[in-house]
Amino acid sequence: MKSVIKGAGYILVHTPDMVIHNGTTQTTERIVNPEGEYLKELPGHLRSFEQTLSYYPNQVYIGNMTPDALAAVPQPWYDKECPKCDRYGQFGQIMPQEEFILLMQACDVFDLVKIDREFVAAHKAALAANEVIDESIVNRVAEGVDAAEIARLVSEEHSEGLYHNGQLVGCVNRAHDIDVNLSAHVMHENLVSKASSVLALLSAIRNAGIAKEDVEYVIDCSEEACGDMNQRGGGNFAKAAAEIAGLSAATGSDTRGFCAGPAHALVEAAALVAAGAYKTVVVTAGGCTAKLGMNGKDHVKKGLPILEDMLGGCAIVLTQDDGVNPVVNLGILGRHTVGTGSAPQAVIGSLVTDALDRAGLKVTDVDKFSPEMQNPDITKPAGAGDVPLANYKMIAALAVKRGDIEKKDLASFVAERGLTGYAPTQGHIPSGVPYIGFARNEIAAGNMKRVMIIGKGSLFLGRMTNLFDGVSFVIEANEGEKKAEDSISEEEVKSMIAKAMREFAESLMAKAE
Amino acid sequence: MDLENQKRVKNFTEQYGAENIVVLLGAAEGEASGLAAETVTNGDPTYAGPLTGVQLGLRVYHVCEPEMKEEFDPDIYSEQVEMMEMVLDVDDIINEMTAIREQFCKY
Repeated sequence: MKSVIKGAGYILVHTPDMVIHNGTTQTTERIVNPEGEYLKELPGHLRSFEQTLSYYPNQVYIGNMTPDALAAVPQPWYDKECPKCDRYGQFGQIMPQEEFILLMQACDVFDLVKIDREFVAAHKAALAANEVIDESIVNRVAEGVDAAEIARLVSEEHSEGLYHNGQLVGCVNRAHDIDVNLSAHVMHENLVSKASSVLALLSAIRNAGIAKEDVEYVIDCSEEACGDMNQRGGGNFAKAAAEIAGLSAATGSDTRGFCAGPAHALVEAAALVAAGAYKTVVVTAGGCTAKLGMNGKDHVKKGLPILEDMLGGCAIVLTQDDGVNPVVNLGILGRHTVGTGSAPQAVIGSLVTDALDRAGLKVTDVDKFSPEMQNPDITKPAGAGDVPLANYKMIAALAVKRGDIEKKDLASFVAERGLTGYAPTQGHIPSGVPYIGFARNEIAAGNMKRVMIIGKGSLFLGRMTNLFDGVSFVIEANEGEKKAEDSISEEEVKSMIAKAMREFAESLMAKAE
Repeated sequence: MDLENQKRVKNFTEQYGAENIVVLLGAAEGEASGLAAETVTNGDPTYAGPLTGVQLGLRVYHVCEPEMKEEFDPDIYSEQVEMMEMVLDVDDIINEMTAIREQFCKY
């Protein structure tokens, strides 16, 4: 049994106030340099919701514009207005902060989130009008509490404030008095991840055209950890999000691997479906508050808007072979092993060429590569360069070394088989998976045969190992049904002939007797 | 150069003597190479790490510079570095590194 990509959901959430209050660059600055220029200048660099809608990379992420069309728009993009500025796209949506704050409360099952009753009254209708939010979620939104109670909770009970346009409109309470793993800060971070994962799940299921009851397993591949002091990373964001999304027939678990998490999770999901363990598996990930405004100092210093004001989320639906949708080919897996080493050449070799070699393919047999898809508009001003472009140059150079292409074709290889980065710098979110939605479209339309998704992760950040990590897999056109039909019918013909011969022989023998 | 690496360079220099140390870089472009080279010769230009104001004057090279390349077994170099050599702007790296060495290297 093969597993296919049935659909994908990609969502963004505009959270300008969380940039100020929850991004680690800003929270760190508030401790070490509270009177510094950066914190004073920061609010003046935040974008409005409308500005984030008309930002080219955001429109690409939700599917209203292709990465190829984006490549034709000269960089930088922050000073240009995308003519397409819808909040909904073929893959998902861009949610404004006020709706998201209510969604966070709806996702809280421990009565930790308190919202100002006036804020609830003002914005509940907007959440109810959201295309993917149904009654079961809207009914979870509580009436709200008095503003004075929220102010008291923040000042006296260590609650984490929820702000909108600079005003305190709610808070997340701590879930334990002394356990830091259940502090208000951690609960806030985890509820944000959960709520954005729910939004991604709902988008993906809608796009895949399946019923919620069809989902049998959910894998969360974000970079957060939930648990208490006795099991810090106990987990199961997956099942927690599935509950709110109404996936009553699903169980689930979490997979972690830093930025490589989504690629690992997709391989696992494809294998679970292919093995017949579950018929439909959804891989999901919510966004990360800590990374909001991560490169804000460089952006402010260079007079740019704060471009890291979006939470990202994504979800991919995998089902058993339907004969139509693109297949995850588990025979072409790239893997960075313990023994691979960390030289870039060894890393790219293990993830790209070793995998293709095992399948007898050349680098040029893959139509598009999707490695780390970070938006260069964000990374270049911060001195981190164009991350996807650097990856493509390495793949192309390796192809030259192997003789798959000529050295003079290096640049055209990058242009033809590469993509322009457009994903928010939310760690796991840009890592290979943003392109799966487009890849599904292009392969289904017959424009491409094979797309390689590459996830890479920096494990040293956890201080458990200095090893690098990465995994890759190939999505390819579904030719299974046709072949299967042909071969089955051939076999059937043979068995029919054999049966007829046997019956003929038997009848002859009967007559002879 | 990150603070942990600065600390290691400082400790090794104290342990083995500055004249016995060569720092080998693998940074992805000229500017970053130059900054790291400056850190281990003239001190941390960002005034953040243990090498702030410490002028070790160490010998420092990028792995793609010809002086280093000729030290390697060609097969190993081809296996480990050649791909990146094709990707990087090696001339820019050489210029940056040479300028820093001429200014600050003591050995």
